[in-house]
Amino acid sequence: MSRLKILALLPLAVALSGCNYVVLAPAGDIAAQQRDLVIISTVLMLLIVVPVMALTVLFAWRYRQSNTEARYEPEWDHSTSLELVIWSAPLLIIVCLGALTWMGTHLLDPYRTLGRIHADRAVDQSKAPLEVDVVALDWKWLFIYPDYGIATVNDLAAPVDRPIHFRITASSVMNSFYIPALAGQIYAMPGMETKLHAVVNHSGTYRGFSANYSGAGFSGMHFDFQGLDDKGFDAWIASAKSAGGSLGRAEYLQLEKPSQNEPVRRYGSIDSDLYRLILNMCVETGKMCQSEMMAIDAKGGLGHEGLNNTLPLAYDKYARRGTALGPEPTFVAGTCTPDAPQGKTTASITAPVDTAPLLGAGLKRPNFTPLKSSSFFLGQRPKSDS
Amino acid sequence: MSPDFLKLIFGRLTIESLPLHEPIVVGTFAVVATGGLVMFAGLTYFRLWSYLWREWFTSVDHKRIGIMYMILGIVMLLRGFADALMMRLQQALAFGGSEGYLNSHHYDQVFTAHGVIMIFFVAMPLVTGLMNFVVPLQIGARDVSFPFLNNFSFWMTVGGAVLVMASLFIGEFARTGWLAYPPLSNIGYSPDVGVDYYIWGLQVAGVGTTLSGINLICTIVKLRCPGMTMMKMPVFTWTSLCTNVLIVASFPVLTVVLALLSLDRYVGTNFFTNDFGGSPMMYVNLIWIWGHPEVYILVLPAFGIFSEVTSTFSGKRLFGYTSMVYATVVITILSYLVWLHHFFTMGSGASVNSFFGITTMIISIPTGAKMFNWLFTMYRGRIRYELPMLWTIAFMLTFVLGGMTGVLLAVPPADFVLHNSLFLIAHFHNVIIGGVVFGAFAGINYWFPKAFGFKLDPFWGKLSFWFWVTGFYLAFMPLYVLGLMGVTRRLRVFDDPSLQIWFVIAGIGAFLVFLGILSMLMQFAVSFLRREQLKDVTGDPWDARTLEWATSSPPPDYNFAFTPVVHDNDAWWDMKRRGYLRPLTGFKPIHMPSSTGTGIILAGFATAMGFGLIWYIWWLAAASFIAMLAVGIGHTFNYHRDFDISADDVIRAEDARTKLLAGAK
Repeated sequence: MSRLKILALLPLAVALSGCNYVVLAPAGDIAAQQRDLVIISTVLMLLIVVPVMALTVLFAWRYRQSNTEARYEPEWDHSTSLELVIWSAPLLIIVCLGALTWMGTHLLDPYRTLGRIHADRAVDQSKAPLEVDVVALDWKWLFIYPDYGIATVNDLAAPVDRPIHFRITASSVMNSFYIPALAGQIYAMPGMETKLHAVVNHSGTYRGFSANYSGAGFSGMHFDFQGLDDKGFDAWIASAKSAGGSLGRAEYLQLEKPSQNEPVRRYGSIDSDLYRLILNMCVETGKMCQSEMMAIDAKGGLGHEGLNNTLPLAYDKYARRGTALGPEPTFVAGTCTPDAPQGKTTASITAPVDTAPLLGAGLKRPNFTPLKSSSFFLGQRPKSDS
Repeated sequence: MSPDFLKLIFGRLTIESLPLHEPIVVGTFAVVATGGLVMFAGLTYFRLWSYLWREWFTSVDHKRIGIMYMILGIVMLLRGFADALMMRLQQALAFGGSEGYLNSHHYDQVFTAHGVIMIFFVAMPLVTGLMNFVVPLQIGARDVSFPFLNNFSFWMTVGGAVLVMASLFIGEFARTGWLAYPPLSNIGYSPDVGVDYYIWGLQVAGVGTTLSGINLICTIVKLRCPGMTMMKMPVFTWTSLCTNVLIVASFPVLTVVLALLSLDRYVGTNFFTNDFGGSPMMYVNLIWIWGHPEVYILVLPAFGIFSEVTSTFSGKRLFGYTSMVYATVVITILSYLVWLHHFFTMGSGASVNSFFGITTMIISIPTGAKMFNWLFTMYRGRIRYELPMLWTIAFMLTFVLGGMTGVLLAVPPADFVLHNSLFLIAHFHNVIIGGVVFGAFAGINYWFPKAFGFKLDPFWGKLSFWFWVTGFYLAFMPLYVLGLMGVTRRLRVFDDPSLQIWFVIAGIGAFLVFLGILSMLMQFAVSFLRREQLKDVTGDPWDARTLEWATSSPPPDYNFAFTPVVHDNDAWWDMKRRGYLRPLTGFKPIHMPSSTGTGIILAGFATAMGFGLIWYIWWLAAASFIAMLAVGIGHTFNYHRDFDISADDVIRAEDARTKLLAGAK
């Protein structure tokens, strides 16, 4: 019977079977609490589901046509008291479940810092949480340990019983960061940051992966997560340090190119600003960081002239093959930066297309010789009045 | 010829676009092409083309259109299920270093196509077909409000299906998952034609769905026969009304979100890109604002079918008609307040997540009430276990499980560990197969004699039933288990050998379902051959309760010679009880709409336009669009819109029925 099957899924089966029901027997406190909610909700619902299924079978059998002994009341179609029961019984269950949901959702909000590391242990305030920055790349995971100055690809480790604070983003498309043994998943999205607080209580090696389809290499986008004791974790950090190699902007741009089934890689040193640049999609030189754009917008934006300053904002990683219709994109070919105060033309663009001078809060006028203006989509741009 | 010229003529369609180097696709094409040729030759040999064109393709009769929808749904079921079998086989094989037999380029298309086809071109046509066939009969109408629009809607749905099928042999389909989330579905990451096939297939079909929704709402509101107040409507008509309200309110959202995505892809706007402040999450919100009501669009009519079937085969009035109606309306409204539960894990705050989690749970209250209503309809009844009732019992036992796992997934912290896992896959197949598909099969077995005048063969029907039900449990219970082991969806290869056994079991289940589908096709064939033995001359083979059973099987073109007058919920039951006598004289000419080929021609041009846009064949797209306008305007000058069935013809048809009825006694 299917009902028994579902019952058998409950933790009983975990002990009995050789299979690894990681969702029901996790190694981290957050995942354990989520498991508890799964089980409590299931039991609550079984309170009504089991009687309904039993009654279905019972009525289906008892009132079969050949059983002429059963009562037959073809006109009976209403009973206020019965109606009250059939609306209020599910209502009661849902009231309980709703309360549980409200509390559970707030308690287990992935953005909430941990209040405890285990059912009977509070967080040790003397230990700072472990900071890990997670970047979903095509199709591998980059983990940056800002406090230790190291980074790894497809390899994650954390000390047992120390809270972990993940900051999560992605380079190009949506993924979902999920280590079932540790805590529930959260999406990794380009240009956006999600957070996850978790803790691992038992040492061991667990599986982590992307839980949201992200393209051709999706199946190979998994990694091992190791829960280590303090000594083991220090050794792990040391081995990463000694691995040498450094991850700077140039190396990152190489790394983020699509590749499948990547082996573990470690970097002994990192550009400490890298995660911020990845999150703001401005690792590539010449790209304006989203945070800068937001700051400009907050001051009123660039006005119509901003329409031309598009190259620094074109973040999508693969070369766009161009849209079918519509205009050729127009670009400002370069801007003044502290490195190149006179303005530097980025290599990929040969000629500026637009003539109108660029103005905007906090921006200097770029130093260009104008060529010509053409864009059938936007038409002739108005001359700026300054 | 110069490449520029070729590009002007063929857009980006080249000889390389044809998957000639893919043996699987070429083989499939050979089979489909041979089958098509045989069918074409057969139709030509038996000179059936003009019959089909005159009596079916151009027909505006809601019954014929309903039947054509059902045929479309069943044909597409074969395609969608072939995809399912391929996935199950791949996942059962790809262990221990094996790559299976599908590379990611194929596998990713297969799971995308499976989802799109099953929802849009199987479930939707089956549901729309049943509504089209049954609703006008149930409310005592002669046809729907806008018969031509109905024909046009059907052919637009076919047009969408044709585009999706074309992607199999010309180019490729999307590799994005069935909802095509950007940025993955945007031009930067999916530059090929796959997503364009997806967009235009759904846009063309979506026009049909929306118009059909408007048509059926209007029909139910305006064309009910005298005496049938809202609270005397059969429950299936009620659920159809709610479903069509949902369609009209939600499909425009899908149209708009796909239009925005196509603007991104075609003219370089940035609604859903990473660039220039585009917001991919906005797409996810919008598509689920359509997507969640869509679930109820599918399942509400199924609920209606189960209500009719339970009441008929228990020989009893439906328990709690009023609460059934209110439950349906409440579900309709609430289905708009739950969309965010599809992405709890995208980082919404705890309060937002709780709100959407709790609204989702609240839907289970009216659904639970419905379940009890069916239960107490059986209580103190005399249940006849004909095929429709068997499907209903299977539904009741299966659907509560799916409902339970659904409410579980509505608890955000539980969703964090189960989202996108195979547990989720098991859940929604549990409700869609257990609810919508079982419902459609109950409906097919129930109304088939009404449509064709003979019952479906019970032996092959029962065989199909048992294969389907056991196959379903074998195929999806292992997926629940795998979900609890933390296995996520859409994986193509696996490392952990301990998982393989579960995938093998699921594959066996899928194979049993395959036998179920074959048995069902056998059931149709055998029933056709045995149609004399299975014949129903009474028009009321199940001793049923609603108006559609008051007329002959199959019903005459005009449905009812005299518009019935209703005094009670179960109108036909009431008429039988009061000793209703069929009128034998006084027939008058009946005013009916004329057939027209405009619908199929318009849809043909719409499909050609979609094809042109997919392949950047601009001249084709422009020419088809202009042709559509011309045909549409031309149709307004068509003054042969209606005709009268002469009184003599009515008398002849009714006399024939009188003789049949006399012979039956």
